[in-house]
Amino acid sequence: MSAAGTAPRWAAALEGLPHEISAEQDGPCVRVALADLREALKRLRDRAGFAMCTFVTCIDGYPKEPRFELCHQLLSLEHNDRVRVRCTLPGDSAPTCSDLWPGAVWMERECFDMFGLRFEGHPDLRRLLMPDGYEHFPLRRDFPHHGIEPDRLYREWDRKRREHWTQTP
Amino acid sequence: MTTTQVFEYAPSPERIPGDDPLHGELMTLNMGPQHPATHGVLRLIVTLDGEQVVKCDPMVGFLHRGKEKSCETLGWHKFFPHTDRLDYVQPLMNNIGYALAVEKLAGIDVPERAKVARVLLMELSRIMAHLIYIGTLGIDLGAVTIFFYSFRQREELYKIVDAYTGHRMNNTYVRIGGLYADVDEGVEAMVREFLEQFPSALEEIDKLLTRNRIWNDRNRGIGVLSAQDAIARSLTGPVLRASGVDWDLRRKQPYSGYETYEFEVPLGSTGDCYDRYLVRMEEMRQSAKIARQALDRLATVKGDVLIEDRRYVLPPKDLVHTSMEELIFQFKVVTDMRIPRGQAYHAIESSKGELGFFVASDGSSKPLRCHIRAPGLMNIQSLPSLAEDRLFSDMVSLIGSLDFVMGEVDR
Repeated sequence: MSAAGTAPRWAAALEGLPHEISAEQDGPCVRVALADLREALKRLRDRAGFAMCTFVTCIDGYPKEPRFELCHQLLSLEHNDRVRVRCTLPGDSAPTCSDLWPGAVWMERECFDMFGLRFEGHPDLRRLLMPDGYEHFPLRRDFPHHGIEPDRLYREWDRKRREHWTQTP
Repeated sequence: MTTTQVFEYAPSPERIPGDDPLHGELMTLNMGPQHPATHGVLRLIVTLDGEQVVKCDPMVGFLHRGKEKSCETLGWHKFFPHTDRLDYVQPLMNNIGYALAVEKLAGIDVPERAKVARVLLMELSRIMAHLIYIGTLGIDLGAVTIFFYSFRQREELYKIVDAYTGHRMNNTYVRIGGLYADVDEGVEAMVREFLEQFPSALEEIDKLLTRNRIWNDRNRGIGVLSAQDAIARSLTGPVLRASGVDWDLRRKQPYSGYETYEFEVPLGSTGDCYDRYLVRMEEMRQSAKIARQALDRLATVKGDVLIEDRRYVLPPKDLVHTSMEELIFQFKVVTDMRIPRGQAYHAIESSKGELGFFVASDGSSKPLRCHIRAPGLMNIQSLPSLAEDRLFSDMVSLIGSLDFVMGEVDR
């Protein structure tokens, strides 16, 4: 994808920060390095008016290395435009943005649940959709569609329950 | 206070003599996942001080079926039946939302007649979903009559959708590039008949509820959300509009030709449960107005409802049986449909809020990523802070007024 012809409205907010603006099918995207991610998100919120975080998700490029790409989709109600911030992660951890947008708390929880990304500084990084105690990350591309031991937790729970019944006088 | 884990089996603690929950002792109560007022399999672990909610921890995921994973495994076309089962009270809206995202990614323009029909179906779906909201909230708050009134209207809508698409629920009527088939004769008359009597039926509900003392007492001043709060928590749709934010994607980022329809966007002022109710009631009236306009256009706009691009669209069945080329195209589209490399996010204004599909392709026959941005998930997220320090009975009106469907929340 080539760079957009005219600079987007919010480009000035990122001045001085190394970034790369590209045009995707749905509009401009900005790509930043992991070290600049938090600063870029903060500036986009404070200086460019992106008051709402629409979603936080990840794209797993397995078997490519580095495999994870984090996507923050932001929305400005004031200016009626969107931007997606893309960031390739060298490992599996990233800074949280849940203090910038409280709505992102569950989005990051979901991202952790599905991809195993650790969000540093997240207030409550627990599993969201999968049960606590589940050991795998289902949306990683090396996770099979039919699942890994899908009933293990249930069987454990059932065994404990039965033991309890037999032990109670 | 004990912490509770979802799958950890915890035998009930021994009853301590003198432990009286009426005397300030905190009580942990499990609401759901099989509670009728949680509208599906939502589990709320509520800590109560008497009748007051101290803490509320929602547990979601009981209906998690791995939709996103399924999309990445099945491919672009075969995901349509799965979108039906996201927000199962408005399957057509999900179909269209997904189709629009893929069309944006592939750069497909849909025929005019299909656009008009989509608008009609989306507005009927919105009415359907709002009728469920009003009916179930009514029955939760003790107004059983509302349930019968609204579900009677909804039944009419299901009859229409049945005649229109061939199924009452789980329609899978939309395709990449348009619609599966054109509408049969006579269905338009059915829709017109429905829209004729619908405003008066809505008036009946309105008369029963809007100035009803009990309804007012249980909804006014409950779950108040300020505009800033609603935006920061990523809330969209009627919940955001009830807080007074003029944000409707049909207006602001129009799709399927919404910019050419006349309608108003109702706004609330205080952002409580009662405002959300008023906003949804008015939205139903506006939806009927849009549907009427779409119906008039459907009579004049003729032509195909599906594009003729064999890269993305299944050939007609009769041709598949008679022509070798069409059979090959059919085979290619089903097994190996490729969409150019790239990413696209498309959001529509569903009845719950911003329903978005983020699709990414690496040029192969399987999607690289399909993320479903569910408005209901954000609604549940804001439930604890709205419920805390309120009475436990307010929880019921809160859950009802945030209006989420677990199929969409858990995906």
